[in-house]
Amino acid sequence: MREKATYLLGALGALVMISNLHTIFVGLPDDALQGMIFRIIFIHVPADLVADLFFTIALVTSVLFLARKNFIYDSITVACIEVATMLILVNLVTGSIWGRNQWGVWWTWDLRLTTQLMKFVLYMSYLVVRPAIAEPTQKATMSAIIAIFAYADVPLVWMAIRLPNVRTNHPSPVMGNGKMAAVYNAPFGMGMLALLLIGSALVLLRLHQETSQREIDSLRRELHAA
Amino acid sequence: MTHGFRTAYAIARKDLRTELRTKESLNAAASFAVVILVLFSFAFPLERDEFYAISGGLLWLVYSFAGALIVNRGFARELPNDCLDVLIASRAPGWAIFLGKAVAAFLLLLIVEFICLPVFGLFYNIRWTDSFGSLVLVIVLATWGITVVGTAFSAVTVNVRVRELMLPVLLYPMIIPLLIGAMEATTVLLSGEAMAGDNLYSLQLLVVFDVIYTALALYLIDYVLVV
Repeated sequence: MREKATYLLGALGALVMISNLHTIFVGLPDDALQGMIFRIIFIHVPADLVADLFFTIALVTSVLFLARKNFIYDSITVACIEVATMLILVNLVTGSIWGRNQWGVWWTWDLRLTTQLMKFVLYMSYLVVRPAIAEPTQKATMSAIIAIFAYADVPLVWMAIRLPNVRTNHPSPVMGNGKMAAVYNAPFGMGMLALLLIGSALVLLRLHQETSQREIDSLRRELHAA
Repeated sequence: MTHGFRTAYAIARKDLRTELRTKESLNAAASFAVVILVLFSFAFPLERDEFYAISGGLLWLVYSFAGALIVNRGFARELPNDCLDVLIASRAPGWAIFLGKAVAAFLLLLIVEFICLPVFGLFYNIRWTDSFGSLVLVIVLATWGITVVGTAFSAVTVNVRVRELMLPVLLYPMIIPLLIGAMEATTVLLSGEAMAGDNLYSLQLLVVFDVIYTALALYLIDYVLVV
């Protein structure tokens, strides 16, 4: 039942995504200044917003795990962080393509780019260290602590790269400052919905895998103990 | 509370005494730092004036490499003879154990840093004595940040199989904002600019980082130690 709901959610997300891609590529006029490349915004920005939502959920569940020691919170945390880190990668790659087209370079040490990259690196370290811890309770506790530390670091990086002498020559033109034409609002909302649905489906899928893995592990331990 | 601080003091003294007798991480960190300093001169063949612009960056890369070596030993030192289990089982509160270890690592890293600083000035012909007071403040603030995060993660990774590999993977991304602030402030000071106006921003960043991570680490260390 739960599995079916997960797949349904994913399929729904895929449908919204496909119909939205159709609207974006066929229905919308090119942007006055950027031409056709601006369409990346309908994937690029939602990917980051959905990722941030999942990172925030992961923070809450990490704190809850430390407080209540219930393994379901650990499973939610790792599922959220894994999917969110992937979404950040989507955001970085699409942004890089846009930058090559608009700025002429794939990468620059702009404020937003740097914080985004740091977010990616921080949560990658979570994903790298986690499998190295063998004992389940220890793995969950250490993971929760790393997740909390990582979340606290993001605003600090934001602050750090705003120092006066740090290279910030490039403008941060990503997302028109509320000056987006009304015709783009609907596809943008649909882009959000699509990635939210697909992201949630992936999180649920990973959650399912995590809980099954935990069950298998505990059965195996019982078997060895007997 | 006083009991906790006394315990922290005792643990810091014990760690320092062991380290100063064996010098196992001190020697390694200091010699490694000097080797890196030598390598930098080949990596960046610049004129003297150009060196000032990257001086802070070079110095803090060396310091953070040395820092990882030092904090790595923090909790790992207690593994033989199950000393860590005894420490945790003792009456000492978790935060006091952590504080003691962090202070010891902090002082050890400071020793390495003040060995490296004259070597750095000598190799690259950089005057560091002019703004020594402010430089010490920056070094103290940033070193405390490195050791507090480092010691916390040394507790997190102490029971991990590949501890020496995992600590840097965790530590470096986490201290990026701190290192940016420290590099910025050090470059400003070594270039002879005054620590005022916009330049104060990097100092504020160091203070904010230290406060947040010291609080987080002291609060969360019980969960790390008692699993």
